[in-house]
Amino acid sequence: MTKVEAIIQNSKLEAVKSALQEAGVEGMTVIEVRGHGRQKGHTEFYRGREYSVDLIPKTKVEVVLPDSMVEKAVHAILSSARTGKIGDGKIFLSKVDDAIRIRNEDRGEGAL
Amino acid sequence: MGKRLIAALVIAFLTPCLAQIAAAQTPVGTSSTSGAASDQSVRLARLEQQAADAKSSADNAWMLTSSALVLMMTGPGLALFYGGLVRKKNVLGTMMQSFALMAVVTVLWGLFGFSLSFGSGNSFIGGWHNVFLHGVGATPDPDYAGTIPLQTFMVYQLMFAIITPGLIAGAFAERMKFSAMLVFMILWSILVYDPMAHMVWGKGGLLNAALGGRFPTLDFAGGTVVHVTSGVSALVCALYLGRRVGYPKEPMPPHSVVLSFIGACLLWVGWFGFNAGSALSAGSLATSAFVATHFAAAAAALGWAGAEWLRNGKPSTLGAISGAVAGLVAITPAAGFVSPMPALLIGLIAGVFCYWMVAKVKAKFGYDDSLDAFGVHGAGGTLGALLTGVFASSVVNPIFKDAQGNTLASGVREGNAHQLLNQLVGVAIAWGLAIVGTLVILKVVDITIGLRVSEEEEVQGLDLSQHGEEGYYWEASA
Repeated sequence: MTKVEAIIQNSKLEAVKSALQEAGVEGMTVIEVRGHGRQKGHTEFYRGREYSVDLIPKTKVEVVLPDSMVEKAVHAILSSARTGKIGDGKIFLSKVDDAIRIRNEDRGEGAL
Repeated sequence: MGKRLIAALVIAFLTPCLAQIAAAQTPVGTSSTSGAASDQSVRLARLEQQAADAKSSADNAWMLTSSALVLMMTGPGLALFYGGLVRKKNVLGTMMQSFALMAVVTVLWGLFGFSLSFGSGNSFIGGWHNVFLHGVGATPDPDYAGTIPLQTFMVYQLMFAIITPGLIAGAFAERMKFSAMLVFMILWSILVYDPMAHMVWGKGGLLNAALGGRFPTLDFAGGTVVHVTSGVSALVCALYLGRRVGYPKEPMPPHSVVLSFIGACLLWVGWFGFNAGSALSAGSLATSAFVATHFAAAAAALGWAGAEWLRNGKPSTLGAISGAVAGLVAITPAAGFVSPMPALLIGLIAGVFCYWMVAKVKAKFGYDDSLDAFGVHGAGGTLGALLTGVFASSVVNPIFKDAQGNTLASGVREGNAHQLLNQLVGVAIAWGLAIVGTLVILKVVDITIGLRVSEEEEVQGLDLSQHGEEGYYWEASA
């Protein structure tokens, strides 16, 4: 099993969600996050005081998949989340040891 | 169905009309005996009484409405405005400061605050005649407002006494102990607010323009009494308490401009009660003050947001609402003395001036007036008080009269250059009283119970450290 973590532009969530669904991904977890890579932040002004905001709001989509589905899912994210500009985000893949369904204690890929 | 309804409406409308016509055609007093003459004078007296009662009811309705509007300025208006400007961990602590004043000042006002402010006394402070609201009932006091119960006047003025110390809280936000805040506010109400209110508005007050004070200062709704005193006291508090932990290195942006936005809009609406209500009647002067108030707020919002647009490239919501408040502050002393166009000008100047005070002057001197109580209320109030002396018009409000009852010029624009000097005296006394009074009170509270929360408590936030609760409870609701 592999965990796919995609950090994407907030505005691309809907597109990524439907692309993943089309690719056959059945569940996902979505988190509002803040962070930065190479993208520069922006400045905000409150009553003349300047604040530089370098942690930019992003959305993180997490899915855990059987290894056979990973490439398809990655492709779906790549094609739906890309705008071509700095700040489009990143995808991280990592191995998952086990998965357990709380309701009936199913284990492994059967629990996904 | 429709036809029947219309017919019923026509009948309902015509019946009283016909009754009136019939009554008018009934001959009045066919004989010319002395009995009929006295009958007529009795009827005349009764009519006059009815007319007076009607006016009294109208004025009273507006003044009770205004009282409620001014209370709304403190809670939720000011509480939301300030609450949004602080960090998340201090939202309740900040709102609680406003709310606590609604309770504490009310009690003080009933016990002796009203008496010290508006009871007969000397030039500087009222006496003890009205303690426990003795003699404050349905009978009007013609020196203040001849058509409304003195009790209405009392409760209306109470709302001003509540919001004024509340404004100061903006300067020491996020770092004052709640207990110290309570003691400070109680002492400040007694030592600064009550004397200032008495000097400007009370019988025999040194600065009272309507009742022949020594230095007649034009202050329609509290430019000096409310905004200069609170704003200058705020600066003293900011300097005395020192900066918040981490200021100015750590970013401390407002945690919710949305809350502040709602608060500012409530303040704008409530200010109609504050300024138009200060006519103390429901007549054309109230209208004039209402219009001036609104125009100044609008121009000031444009002024502040425009200045930001030029400097930062973007007009901010926080800038627009801060500007509106600055304009409302500046027009407060002038509201019942100026016509709409000078009101626009006063607002515009105030918007730009207060932006400069907050964005440039504060940064230059480095004091931590956390929510800009001085930059908006102190600076805007002082500016407004002086501009009132310039633009006051005797056509709008013939306040100065000579011995024969002829109207005299009001402001500099009408040729009364001396008025600017009177305004300066009023402003100087407000500054002096605020500085001295606040310093003394801060010192007393500091050496007795201490002013600031510990650094640990400050980092934790006032919500938890002072009140044991959180504005935004973290745990997900079930």
